[in-house]
Amino acid sequence: MKELRLMKGNEALAEAAIRAGADAYFGYPITPQSEVIEYLMRENPADRTGMQVLQAESEVAAINMVYGAAGCGKRAMTSSSSPGISLKMEGISYIAGAELPCVVVNVVRAGPGLGTIQPSQSDYFQAVKGGGHGDYKLIVLAPATVQESVDYVKLAFELAFKYRNPVMILSDGIIGQMMEKVELFEQMPRSTEEYEWATLGKKPGKDSVIVTSLQLQSEEQEKVNLRLQAKYREVEKNEVRFETYACEDAEYLFAAFGSCARITRKALDMARAKGIKVGIIRPQTLYPFPVDEINRLAGQVKGILTVEMNAGQMVEDVRLAVNGKTPVEFYGRFGGMIPTPDEILKALEQKIIGG
Amino acid sequence: MAESNIISPENLVYEKTSVMTDRILHYCPGCGHGTAHRMLAEAIDELGIQGDTIGVAPVGCSVLAYYYFDVDMQEAAHGRAPAVATGIKRMLPERYVFTYQGDGDLAAIGTAETIHACNRGENILIVFINNGIYGMTGGQMAPTTLPGMKTSTSPRGRDVATMGNPLKITELVAELPGTYFVTRQSVHAPANARKAKRAMKKALEYQKLKKGTCFIEIVSNCPSGWKMTPAQSNKWMEENMFPFYPLGDIKVPEQ
Amino acid sequence: MTEEIIIAGFGGQGVLSMGQIICYSGVMQGKEVSWMPSYGPEMRGGTANCTAIISDEQISSPVLNRFDTAIVLNQPSMDKFEDAVKPGGLLIYEENGMTRKPRRTDINICSIAAYDESVKMNNTKVFNMIVIGGFLKVRPIIELENVIKGLKKVLPDRYHHLIPLNEEAIHKGMEIVKEEQAVKK
Ligand SMILES: Cc1ncc(C[n+]2csc(CCOP(=O)(O)OP(=O)(O)O)c2C)c(N)n1
Ligand code: SF4
Repeated sequence: MKELRLMKGNEALAEAAIRAGADAYFGYPITPQSEVIEYLMRENPADRTGMQVLQAESEVAAINMVYGAAGCGKRAMTSSSSPGISLKMEGISYIAGAELPCVVVNVVRAGPGLGTIQPSQSDYFQAVKGGGHGDYKLIVLAPATVQESVDYVKLAFELAFKYRNPVMILSDGIIGQMMEKVELFEQMPRSTEEYEWATLGKKPGKDSVIVTSLQLQSEEQEKVNLRLQAKYREVEKNEVRFETYACEDAEYLFAAFGSCARITRKALDMARAKGIKVGIIRPQTLYPFPVDEINRLAGQVKGILTVEMNAGQMVEDVRLAVNGKTPVEFYGRFGGMIPTPDEILKALEQKIIGG
Repeated sequence: MAESNIISPENLVYEKTSVMTDRILHYCPGCGHGTAHRMLAEAIDELGIQGDTIGVAPVGCSVLAYYYFDVDMQEAAHGRAPAVATGIKRMLPERYVFTYQGDGDLAAIGTAETIHACNRGENILIVFINNGIYGMTGGQMAPTTLPGMKTSTSPRGRDVATMGNPLKITELVAELPGTYFVTRQSVHAPANARKAKRAMKKALEYQKLKKGTCFIEIVSNCPSGWKMTPAQSNKWMEENMFPFYPLGDIKVPEQ
Repeated sequence: MTEEIIIAGFGGQGVLSMGQIICYSGVMQGKEVSWMPSYGPEMRGGTANCTAIISDEQISSPVLNRFDTAIVLNQPSMDKFEDAVKPGGLLIYEENGMTRKPRRTDINICSIAAYDESVKMNNTKVFNMIVIGGFLKVRPIIELENVIKGLKKVLPDRYHHLIPLNEEAIHKGMEIVKEEQAVKK
């Protein structure tokens, strides 16, 4: 039976990790996501499923613990918020290079630096464009509800193992801290699969397994890069996810992701009440990005307003997707400030309709 | 007697040091951070080195220490204060440089920076506030949390089998050849606070000798994180923290 | 039906749990709900607030700048949220500790002396339940039986013996809430 509960985003996500059959969670406290590790410590999943939970001495340590566990073919997860994710970037690059599966959650707060602990989407570039060094990609899922925070944990582990690639869930302080109804999926068993790429102990007669991101020869490294690129093309082909609303008759379009898309939805309702035909596209995967759908919609509408809680990051990908077909403008608040539906509507009227 | 008769220079028995600003401290009532700040500020004041001192603030409840110390200060990333202080001291070897760090900052995320600054013998003062908990983020387990002690990430008490033992990092750095003066103090009672200040003064003076790192641990309280009244927290500290983290000098310069 | 509520006061007045109780009750009544707290250092001794939304439809934005109802429990909260009430909406304020009356003339205004009442009941912990009672009297969006069911969800088992007391507090709140100004919506 599915279970309906009223839960905080961070706690629901932690519960989802247990239910998704995660083997391990490693983390370090930071606001606004400390509830993830606090929930796990309270819930003590070792008793429920055998899942291991450890408070590491730093985010650097935590991501490297994830590397170790993932290298054994285990379902490992870590979570943090922006400053901590910056520390994890080195480890994430190594995990991408070694082609290990794992789930990294970023409950974004405003930066740069220590910034504020208030919600933000200012880590879009970091998540989508690299963040760490080297030519790699994260699969990036952007939940807009507590329900999606839960469902994406399961999806993230599936994708991570399907592509042997780190998957990031890009949440924010709103989704992490808010409470909503959620339907929890049933407890899944922890996997007993022994992957041939995992270090589980050398089998007699077989080569030992090596988990590494190092290549001494450039020729070999280029092969690795080509393999990675081929994998990313597969991801781009298969894994684009988005939601559109009120687009059939739309003359204008909003583009927004995560919590900001919900605020924008409210602005959309207000605009529709005034007779403005506006629709919205909400990318659910930020990488891979819904390029084709945005390009198609660009042929239909007179202009697109991208709304973000940052100084304008996703808007660059929207512009690339639109490729000049229609004007693309941006409205954003940052520093932990949240745009209001009124502001967004005004921006639509001034920048797109009036413009 | 009218107030103006009482407030006169000859009746002055205590004055706030000018090394502390007039900002209202944001610390919880009864928190040791405030007193520790004042002792360090008074030590700087009494040595007359306000203009020659550069401080490094951590990430933790004392993240805003730069508002309270009226000296030049830099804010470091979480745990990196000793590295930042190294950078400062290497550029300005004649300045007095201190870091002020909590236990999470110094002994968890910043362990490497702490150990290596001490091992290099950086001529800096490290003031280490050990309250056995992460105050700022809302009471999670710290590396110095006592066995069995309840925090929000050790809700059934610290289980040393899975969460490890409390780290006596002060004893550890005392073992390093780079440290010159290592001591453990408290500021919860006037006599202790005065002793702590004397240690801070000594440590700052030693910086001139260029003989290595001075490291002062202040065993302190966190009424909010421990979920106690200030008085209860001080009593609890005496009964539980002091036996595990005994006060006194750990390494003193050879005479 | 959609009711967008802001509840604001000092940390420790039970502001956040009031919103949670209203949301839990809404769930019991089969509504869509969302609860969003203010978080972080601003809560330390300062003001806390939460947005609670109860609706028959899917909820879009969990954060809002205008509300159907504002429940304000101290002066800074009244100063901050009085203007955020939609015309024709509702402002409920706790009398104790207010230094001025609300100024708006285009909204419904109610006051409640919940603190005094909780003292009379010998239990200041039920303060917030009295306020909830007052709110539900004026805006009966949730049935009492569902509030009790909601309470059972919020309170750990060991506090379930306190539910009758809380129920009494809700009734008290319904009795003592005072209408000060009524306008048409
Ligand atoms: C990279 C990074 N990770 C985590 C945090 C969140 N954080 C802020 S302070 C702190 C720990 C504070 O504890 P402590 O150093 O013991 O100082 P106290 O607050 O107790 O004085 C943490 C984990 C952060 N700011 N940056
Ligand atoms: S949370 Fe603890 S350490 Fe921080 S100011 Fe309050 S009492 Fe002091």
